[in-house]
Amino acid sequence: MTTPKTHRFDTLALHAGAAPDPTTGARATPIYQTASYVFPDTDHAAALFNMERAGHVYSRISNPTCAVLEERIAALEDGVGAIATASGQAALHLAIVTLMGAGGHIVASRALYGGSHNLLDYTLPRFGITTTFVDPRNLDAWRAAIRPETRLLFGETLGNPGLDVLDIPRVATLAHENGLPLLVDSTFTTPWLIQPFAHGADLIVHSATKFLSGHGVVIGGLLVDGGRFDWDADGVRERFPTLTEPYRGFHDMVFAEESTTAAFLLRARREGVRDFGACMAPFTAFQVLQGMETLPIRMARHVENTRALVAFLADHPMVESVGYPELPGHPDHALAARLLPRGCGAVFTFNLRGTREHGRRFIESLRLFSHLANVGDAKSLVIHPASTTHFRMSADDLREAGIGEGTIRLSVGLEDAGDLVDDLGRALHAAGKA
Amino acid sequence: MRFVVRERGAFAYTGARPLDPALPSVLFVHGAGNDHSVWALQSRYFAHHGHNVIAIDLPGHGRSAGPPQASVEAIAAWLADAMATIGIARYAVVGHSLGALSALALAALQPTRVERLALLGPAAPMTVSDALLDAAAHDQPRAAALITGWSHSTPRQLGGNPVPGVWMMGQARRLLERTAPGVLHIDLRACHRYDDAAAAAAGVGCPVLFMLGERDVMAPPRQVAALQAALPNARTIVLPGAGHAMMAEEPDAVLDALRDFLR
Repeated sequence: MTTPKTHRFDTLALHAGAAPDPTTGARATPIYQTASYVFPDTDHAAALFNMERAGHVYSRISNPTCAVLEERIAALEDGVGAIATASGQAALHLAIVTLMGAGGHIVASRALYGGSHNLLDYTLPRFGITTTFVDPRNLDAWRAAIRPETRLLFGETLGNPGLDVLDIPRVATLAHENGLPLLVDSTFTTPWLIQPFAHGADLIVHSATKFLSGHGVVIGGLLVDGGRFDWDADGVRERFPTLTEPYRGFHDMVFAEESTTAAFLLRARREGVRDFGACMAPFTAFQVLQGMETLPIRMARHVENTRALVAFLADHPMVESVGYPELPGHPDHALAARLLPRGCGAVFTFNLRGTREHGRRFIESLRLFSHLANVGDAKSLVIHPASTTHFRMSADDLREAGIGEGTIRLSVGLEDAGDLVDDLGRALHAAGKA
Repeated sequence: MRFVVRERGAFAYTGARPLDPALPSVLFVHGAGNDHSVWALQSRYFAHHGHNVIAIDLPGHGRSAGPPQASVEAIAAWLADAMATIGIARYAVVGHSLGALSALALAALQPTRVERLALLGPAAPMTVSDALLDAAAHDQPRAAALITGWSHSTPRQLGGNPVPGVWMMGQARRLLERTAPGVLHIDLRACHRYDDAAAAAAGVGCPVLFMLGERDVMAPPRQVAALQAALPNARTIVLPGAGHAMMAEEPDAVLDALRDFLR
């Protein structure tokens, strides 16, 4: 059978968007550390400003190093394009404000990263955008929360911190039945574990700070457009005037007419990044690219190490429970087997038996695991969500999000799995003496 | 711009500008399974530089209602009706691939109206493999993937899009995937069956430009030699390194060549 002439994932992770520098022959993607770009002549300048010619004008709007990263993540996600942002939070904000203004409404999973929850629950209402939070496993709750002013459904591929697996096919179908797009945060999974567009998602955000870069030295975000959602469909276009009506801020451009497949991306760049300005720095893009080159082999190792630690903890007498979807007792076990056959990532929680003091002793006795607020580093990390990442949530909300006082979250790194097991074993032993 | 042709809704991108009878006009015609957006940069430039732009969606494509026209001649006849409806008497035509063949047929059909003819990525015959025709009939996503792979030069298959942040391969494939079921197959069959290029060329009296991708494997430059011979006064520009998707791969080179030709 004739096969499509396209490159596969591991090749794209190394090459997509990049080529040897035509001027110098440099093999690595150069860091184009420049604010602006010289115009050959005034006509060319005007054409660049008016989107009649392709190219860069000012690095807030686009930059050659960032553009390589944007193409690379779009290639790995099988999307049409992407925008690199100052942080994952900036990517989420950009997605939302591109689609709606005051009066807009979002239906979101309640199992979200604390920072996303802050934005949706506390901050955006001040700008007239409200969110209804639902149990991600309850499709009826998603359905019931949709209102005439709803513009977006949002969830995480793997909820934070309970690893609720988002049933992307079913939530996407519900969204599309209601003429709405589904945005997913795939930070915990990366495209190596799941490609959400293939399951029906329309937009993806990443914190590139995490597994994509893998080294924990940069803050960055990515917003990817799948290019399938029809913003101009009958019954849909009235909901998204930012994409389907003339925009006075860009010569009455109608973005959905300008680009059939990337209207969202176009508006996000030509308005959102231009005006809100939360762009990624080229040096950051360079560092994320260095990480993404090895994404496939790193993710395989992350998952392998995680499975070893999950198995160890699940059998340990000091451990009350382990929440990892590959375990038969996890509520999303079957769904995970279907959507995440390569593994459920390298972040998971477990509940320690005992009191808060046992938890404190455990964390302080670890030697290899670093106690900090991040995930997705090459080095193993640990945190106590109730007192850190989720401390703003009420006790009831914490319980609903599956977080207890003894819940410990691990982000498993790339160290030798035996050494990590030894570290956990030593700390559990110390905790047992508390 | 929305209008009605043969009692069915049709759409043409005009650069968000009203048409001005005092300005010269350019009709852009897309290829199989595509729509007006393949001309995004070039059409926008002309719309903002002293031209009326009609970057049309062929019937059954983009925002124009079906049914798709089943032959190159039928597409040309529909285009003639569309331009009559819009009320533009004389115009240049720029076509890509199937759109190039349709533009050629339109120039022969309306020799007093078509003032200039630019043929991008044409071939005559434009043979389509059985494998692709079969995929287009039975497995459109696979057909979209095949066409996307063959339409881009080898370096561009790894990206490096002049348009920042857009993954060219993904965008091309997604546009093809959007085509309503059956339309891509009808388009490709129209390409495959068209055997009237020499006769059409004999009816063309206006200046002609050939724009060919050096690395075009969908419509290889050698496949256009007979048509070039039939239009001896035509100019030919070969875009170095470019594949069939030349408007996306080399947007500035395509624009510069069109600008020189249409001025």
